Amino acid sequence: MLRDMTLGQYYPADSPIHKLDPRVKLAGTIVFLISLFCFDSVDSYIVATLFLIFVIRLSKVPFKFMTKGLRAIIFLLIFTSLFNLFLVPGNTLVQIWKLKITDAGLQMAIFMSVRLVYLIMGSSVMTLTTTPNDLTDGLEKALSPLKKLKVPVHEIAMMMSIALRFIPILMEETDKIMKAQMARGADFDSGNIIQKAKNMIPLLVPLFISAFRRANDLAMAMEARGYHGGEGRTKMKPLEYKRLDYIGYLTLAAYLVLMFIADRAVLVTRLADRII
Amino acid sequence: MGIEIQSLNYIYNAGTAFEKQALKDVNLKIPDGQFIGIIGHTGSGKSTLIQHLNGLLKATSGKVLYNGENIYSEGFDMKKLRSNVGLVFQYPEYQLFETDVFTDVCYGPKNLGLPADEVKRRAARALKLTGLDEELYKKSPFDLSGGQKRRAAIAGILAMEPSVLILDEPTAGLDPKGRDDILDQIAALQAERKITVILVSHSMEDVARYVQRIIVMNRGKVMYDDKPANVFKHFRELERVGLSAPQVTYLMQELHLKGWPVDTDVTTVEEAVEEILKYCRTGSSVHA
Ligand SMILES: Nc1ncnc2c1ncn2[C@@H]1O[C@H](COP(=O)(O)OP(=O)(O)OP(=O)(O)O)[C@@H](O)[C@H]1O
Ligand SMILES: [Mg+2]
Repeated sequence: MLRDMTLGQYYPADSPIHKLDPRVKLAGTIVFLISLFCFDSVDSYIVATLFLIFVIRLSKVPFKFMTKGLRAIIFLLIFTSLFNLFLVPGNTLVQIWKLKITDAGLQMAIFMSVRLVYLIMGSSVMTLTTTPNDLTDGLEKALSPLKKLKVPVHEIAMMMSIALRFIPILMEETDKIMKAQMARGADFDSGNIIQKAKNMIPLLVPLFISAFRRANDLAMAMEARGYHGGEGRTKMKPLEYKRLDYIGYLTLAAYLVLMFIADRAVLVTRLADRII
Repeated sequence: MGIEIQSLNYIYNAGTAFEKQALKDVNLKIPDGQFIGIIGHTGSGKSTLIQHLNGLLKATSGKVLYNGENIYSEGFDMKKLRSNVGLVFQYPEYQLFETDVFTDVCYGPKNLGLPADEVKRRAARALKLTGLDEELYKKSPFDLSGGQKRRAAIAGILAMEPSVLILDEPTAGLDPKGRDDILDQIAALQAERKITVILVSHSMEDVARYVQRIIVMNRGKVMYDDKPANVFKHFRELERVGLSAPQVTYLMQELHLKGWPVDTDVTTVEEAVEEILKYCRTGSSVHA
């Protein structure tokens, strides 16, 4: 659980998707999510499905990790499906007492579920293949034009990456202190609220002290190495687009074009109409 | 009766991409009253193993029996177990939180539900054992030096007067005198109260001097579990897994190779001195 936090949901693997510049992945994710809202024909969703499968296969992340994020929205999924199923007017397919399932309702329910699932899976691809630190780096670079508007982009990014770095350390520390106090007979579970709050003191005091000590140490270490904010600062590993990244952008463009064509051509829909 | 560990396995982060099997099929019997040393290279699973002994970690598979009772069975009293099996963590300074040292040491016995005067008596006794200066008792624990904090933290567990005392590298970062003081006190306590002591350590010298049994961990498995002399016979294998035997073992081995008929099984400096003197007194004419 602790290491989970360190890396968000990062799943380490050696794949082209992992190697992509975080900016490409950010752009890709945003484009994919928006495309799901802009196009709603069956044809374009087939293209989206193929694209998603293609990217997932390329990322070498086992499929079961992709679906992990779905657990969080399972209720949302069920509720939207049920509401759509019973409340959308149309030609009645099945009638159970006063509840009618209509053809339009069924269509809507399936469509909305697929859209939700794709939204989650689309963003999972990014979080599974990018460490939070890379993501912050990417954001910093992508937002750097805002510096002209006096937005402290570098400082915000630095704060984000320090916070990300500290979360796992503090989690580990909490775990350690909790165990040490449990070995001394501490009880963090029982009692009423006031009792519980009081029981937390042996955990919180050492935790705060160590957090402040660490923050202090870090500030000192940063200053000792001449850190003075973003002005004139260069990076050890500057984000630079490589060939792979251009291929990534091209693929993304190709995806958009295909989506557009599929939406206009509505081949599948026409075919289906003719058969019926 | 003691503690018994049966085919224990432990996996950190099971079911994620960061799975790490820290213990593999560990079987151990720890009878009452033994002084045991656990050694092993960094990351060999020592800390993981001892956290199973008082139920802080739950085995992925396998059993831990305390006095014959499975500690994972329904309704087992974990709090009681933790009061009987005292565990001093690696770098225990983290756990200090009270406004002064004495009150902090009282925290453990107070959690046992003892009357106030008994709590104070135990805290005072524990602090005395660790040799912390009396004028520091009323100071804030955060104003102490590293070594003093360590002593205060160890006292915090000693004050609970457990029948099994586990210490995870209690002397890491202490000066030689402080190290010997603490270990001597613990050895005396062990002899006096007949408690079980389990000492996790990197120092072969420390381990050889105090314990009657050594458990060597290697990559999550028990590699050796025997008397110190027998374990150190395998000094070549120990070296291969990043450990070593005490220096006297090497000395005695060398002497033996040179033809001195000394006993190579001695494990402490005192024994070695004795052994060499014995040989010299008998006035052998072998020249080294
Ligand atoms: N909280 C944790 N999460 C994931 N893996 C862990 C965790 N704690 C320990 N490990 C891993 O389990 C293995 C055993 O660790 P353990 O702390 O038991 O080693 P150790 O023998 O006590 O080492 P040391 O001598 O450095 O204290 C190591 O490989 C370590 O990386
Ligand atoms: Mg350890």
